[in-house]
Amino acid sequence: MKVKLKIWRQENAKAKGSFQTYNFDEVSPEMSFLEMLDAFNTKLITEGKEPVAFDHDCREGICGSCAMYINGHPHGPVSGITTCHLSMRMFKDGETITVEPWRAKAFPVIKDLIIDRTAFDKIQLAGGFISSNVGSAPEAHSMPVIKKNADDAFDAAICIGCGACVAACKNASAMLFVSAKVSQFALLPQGKVEAKERVQKMVAKMDDLGFGNCTNTYACEAECPKEISVTNIARMNREFLCAKVS
Amino acid sequence: MSMKLYSSLTKKYIMSLAGLFLLMFLLVHLTINLLLLFDDSGGLFNVAAHFMGTNPIIQAFQWVLFGGFAIHMLIGVILQIQNWMARPKRYNKRAISEESYFSKFMIHTGIIIFIFLVIHLTDFFVKKIGGVVPEITGGELAGMENMGILVVEKFKNGGYVLFYVTVFLILGFHLDHAFQSAFQSLGLNNNKYTPFIKWLSHFIAIVISIGFITIPVCIYFFK
Repeated sequence: MKVKLKIWRQENAKAKGSFQTYNFDEVSPEMSFLEMLDAFNTKLITEGKEPVAFDHDCREGICGSCAMYINGHPHGPVSGITTCHLSMRMFKDGETITVEPWRAKAFPVIKDLIIDRTAFDKIQLAGGFISSNVGSAPEAHSMPVIKKNADDAFDAAICIGCGACVAACKNASAMLFVSAKVSQFALLPQGKVEAKERVQKMVAKMDDLGFGNCTNTYACEAECPKEISVTNIARMNREFLCAKVS
Repeated sequence: MSMKLYSSLTKKYIMSLAGLFLLMFLLVHLTINLLLLFDDSGGLFNVAAHFMGTNPIIQAFQWVLFGGFAIHMLIGVILQIQNWMARPKRYNKRAISEESYFSKFMIHTGIIIFIFLVIHLTDFFVKKIGGVVPEITGGELAGMENMGILVVEKFKNGGYVLFYVTVFLILGFHLDHAFQSAFQSLGLNNNKYTPFIKWLSHFIAIVISIGFITIPVCIYFFK
């Protein structure tokens, strides 16, 4: 199949950057999107041109590296998957595919499609951990956890920190990411000890880093490759309010 | 108010509480306005308007209401500016996500409602304060300000009715997102009750919007 690639090219963090359009005819519908980009880069290198810089690592949907805004959606038009799981059979022959980096003040572009997501690390460092040494996994009956809480904590913990929530949000808000990280601890006994301190520090860091405010559009939930629920945002709002007034 | 003075979440709590308070005001206002439809003489409406305009508790509460509007608008503008600043460069191609549709236009619908509020206050509140409202001449209510006739005169103007209907449709769009959003911002999201709150949000938006719209339409066509 043939595609027309409209890709954001930016030499470095300080360069202005612009869209470049390329015709790429050697695409197989069986290729993943990243495999297509690999093949396209091989073509560019063969022609003596600069390949397109993009982030990738595990290619099995768990590292969150392959951050790309494809045809108006983070990770492409198919819901519940990352870019590495996106197949070229999802596109039509001859289609123009627009590929952009995440756009947010807190995620500056480093080169082409690669963005700097250090902001998420900074939020995690502000409180996304437990300080106490909890040792190895305890005997299950020694620390009862309600099944629903365990499930909800797990559902929050599967956030891969890819930043699709920020990319999708019209306000570039990081609320879904931060709330998932707050929730995974707040729901479990080990995390409750520092819960009040944690939520306040993480929210303060999120605000400092220049992310936008949540206006409850729920685009983050719709676009999240791990389908993290906005109920986590409500939980964080509750946690923060309780921490402030108690 | 410094943009950094309160956390993003605190601003959202204040925004939500002020919004829910303003919603209560809208329901009271709608109830009083609907009296115009149930009483051709306008007497009921005039008595209610007189009560609202003279009762000392209501008069004191009026300033709380102005405060609620001011806080809701001020924080709304601050949040919006911060949101615009959070994405200095926009996307070239943006698709529609499954999101609360009217949430995208809260600042726009809010600005239109604010403009209407200024016009509305100039038309009624300022005239009332200035003492230029005609008095009722005969009957039990003689000497009382005839706010009803002021409203009916306004709603006999087709252009004004069209403007009024448009603004209240926009208010409906604003409320459709606002009510359920306030609950989410306050952390009141629950698998059991949230679907009902979302339904209630649509219901309240329709009731308030259609309720206010019915009055000028009925007066224009049937009175």
